[in-house]
Amino acid sequence: MTSICFYFQVHQPYRVKEYSVFDIGSGQSYFDEVKNEEVTKKVARKCYLPTNKLLLDLIKEHQGRFKISFSITGTAIEQFEKYTPEVIQSFKELAETGCVEFLAETYHHSLSWLKSKDEFKKQIEMHAKKIKELFGQEPKVFRNTELIFNNEIAHDVEEMGYKGIIAEGADKILGWRSPDHLYKAKTTDKIKLLLKNYKLSDDIAFRFSNKGWEEHPLTVDKYTHWIKEVQGECVNLFMDYETFGEHQWEDTGIFEFMRHLPGRLMEHGHIDFKTPSELVDSYEVKDELDVHHIISWADMERDITAWQGNKMQVSALNMIYDVEKEVMLTNDTKLIDDWRKLTTSDHYYYMCTKWFSDGDVHKYFSPYESPYDSFIYFMNVLNDLKMRIQQTQERVEVDSIE
Amino acid sequence: MKVLMFGWEFPPFKSGGLGTACFDLTKGLNNQGVEVTFVMPTAPDGAKSDFVKLVAADKLSRTKKIKIRKINTILTPYMTSESYDDAIHHHTEKITGTKGSKEVYGDNLHEEVYRYSEVAKAIAEDEEYDLIHAHDWMTYQAGINAREISGKPLVVHIHATEYDRTGGNPNPYIAELEYKGMSEADMVIANSEFTKNNVIEAYDIDPEKIKVVHWGIDPHDEKYKTNHTSAISKKDKLVLFLGRITIQKGPEYFVRAAKLVADHVPNVKFVMAGSGDMANKMIEEANHLGLADKILFAGWLKGNDSHKAFQMADLYVMPSVSEPFGLVALESMANGTPVLISKQSGASEVIQNALKVNFWDVAGMADKMIGVLKHSVLHEELSENSYKEVMSFSLDEPARKTIDCYEQALGGERK
Repeated sequence: MTSICFYFQVHQPYRVKEYSVFDIGSGQSYFDEVKNEEVTKKVARKCYLPTNKLLLDLIKEHQGRFKISFSITGTAIEQFEKYTPEVIQSFKELAETGCVEFLAETYHHSLSWLKSKDEFKKQIEMHAKKIKELFGQEPKVFRNTELIFNNEIAHDVEEMGYKGIIAEGADKILGWRSPDHLYKAKTTDKIKLLLKNYKLSDDIAFRFSNKGWEEHPLTVDKYTHWIKEVQGECVNLFMDYETFGEHQWEDTGIFEFMRHLPGRLMEHGHIDFKTPSELVDSYEVKDELDVHHIISWADMERDITAWQGNKMQVSALNMIYDVEKEVMLTNDTKLIDDWRKLTTSDHYYYMCTKWFSDGDVHKYFSPYESPYDSFIYFMNVLNDLKMRIQQTQERVEVDSIE
Repeated sequence: MKVLMFGWEFPPFKSGGLGTACFDLTKGLNNQGVEVTFVMPTAPDGAKSDFVKLVAADKLSRTKKIKIRKINTILTPYMTSESYDDAIHHHTEKITGTKGSKEVYGDNLHEEVYRYSEVAKAIAEDEEYDLIHAHDWMTYQAGINAREISGKPLVVHIHATEYDRTGGNPNPYIAELEYKGMSEADMVIANSEFTKNNVIEAYDIDPEKIKVVHWGIDPHDEKYKTNHTSAISKKDKLVLFLGRITIQKGPEYFVRAAKLVADHVPNVKFVMAGSGDMANKMIEEANHLGLADKILFAGWLKGNDSHKAFQMADLYVMPSVSEPFGLVALESMANGTPVLISKQSGASEVIQNALKVNFWDVAGMADKMIGVLKHSVLHEELSENSYKEVMSFSLDEPARKTIDCYEQALGGERK
């Protein structure tokens, strides 16, 4: 038996507005509400709503045999609640089928594990609570932001009680081995490792509409044939949910492909669908992996240079976590919330210069004109935040004197 | 291939980017095996070049006994009728001690340009060439005359339109010359998409015959190698404006942004290097804003001094209202100095690792200036990445594209 495991990442950040140095102290919001609303509504229309409906139809059609999983960030959920409550409703309908698993992650899609294990745990707890509230599930399997992973992360997540963790099936950790089995990290005891089959995942997520690709157009028959060839127990197809309708537009045929794929796959008696938790419960670990260096699912490098590759990114992330303790001590919920929204990995990604310096500017996906601009706005915001911390501390001192 | 090129200035005798552009273009063309005969209004004694044959129009006018009484010219490519009048007053006064005597010069701008284009006829007969290439409006009539005589195709090069130079208040006579030159030419070379669009909008020239050739730079030139610092730049951060202080270059936006920056950053100085008809106004404005000790006016910097200025500065700002290309931005990058340039420039089409702003957005300009001055990591990333980027530029690329235009002009139907 080969089990197909679909996991879709759903995320929207709170984009920072073009916040000028002259806005510091003005008391205005850090976030571009107009842009955030516009993007949320656009992606809801093009991707979340139509794809949720398609998946719900498929689950009903296949009477419980088609299964999927999601990881939805807290920042995405909050923006759905505010701008497109119908998206929350459609995820609830999916949850009610019993064929959908929701995974754990940091509420703010943050890089917190790199800088503060304390904050890392808090954000995972916040997220689990929100998922329980909305969908009635307690997440059992964890995925870290951008699939950032190594031995130590696996260990920390095991200690938090998770039974599975997701990572990239990167060549540099697998070597000759296949991603189509369950593994475990050397530093862990029980927690099972689910690895992304990046070839078969990226055939859908990145190459589907690429006319320069020798396999274009990708048909259901062709893809089914490739899956049939798989020798392992599982095929982990992990991708951004925005693949459907946003990265691959509707006119590429991505929805029709997805509509016919599950039925076609299940015509073969030895193929079924499982959620990540079901994989963990059904199959044994094949081998142990020793992952010292941090890996991720990003770029060809599969490292964290997209978020921490230059001095601006390193400096900005350091400065955010430098004020963590002071922020928490203020007990000011608005201030803490603003700070957490600034921990989202996207802000650091927007500062990435590697495409600019390689001339691949078209690969720079960002609301800003350049990584330099995004750094300036972010630092202006951070300076305002520091000023608010100081003001709160002064108020506290005055109160205690009185 | 042999090219007869009409230009107006050549290093070290230049008043702006046109000289550098002509020099670099001929150097690049020469590397690709194109022979260039460069005609300029007057060949001062120091003008020599290893790779082009310089022909001075004034000397020729004497040897060929053309009946125009001219020995010298005080024309520059950035001249207006008014500034020609000013210049001729100033010049004759200096020589003769009498005011307003114009006996040895063309009476006005029209006459000077006419004289140059008449001399061109003699050169056109004399020289051997396959194609004519004329730079900017003053030489267009010369190019047209040369084509009439030789029957060779004419390529005109537009480095800046009259609309760019005057902030949208063109001198009708110059605009007419630009229109005539570009309409009659077989091909038009524009130095940016920005310029191409301006040409189409202002003169309704057929877009099909306009080719964009972005300027290049020889980043390996020795002049970028030396590293200058100064007493000012060690103690204070330094922000540089370098260019003609005229309406086109947006100096007033720089001064207003400087005010906002000075209120925010304690140790900062601004240097305005250049001259022009708005220089006095800018000095007054700086005083008025209380920036007398913050903004230093350095006058026109020649040759190596401009590279020193770049190397001393923490940031170069080019706030141009309308900048057809903006080669200085590339020169700053080659000197390792980050740039903040207006989006109303050709350079912003080709440079990625730069800060960009609309020229009118004074607060945005100041915000970015403060960003670079306050955050050393931003300064470092910008310097390193923009230096790396400019190193990929060359003189060969614009030369190759220019040769493509030549071939198109040679192969195309004569009009």
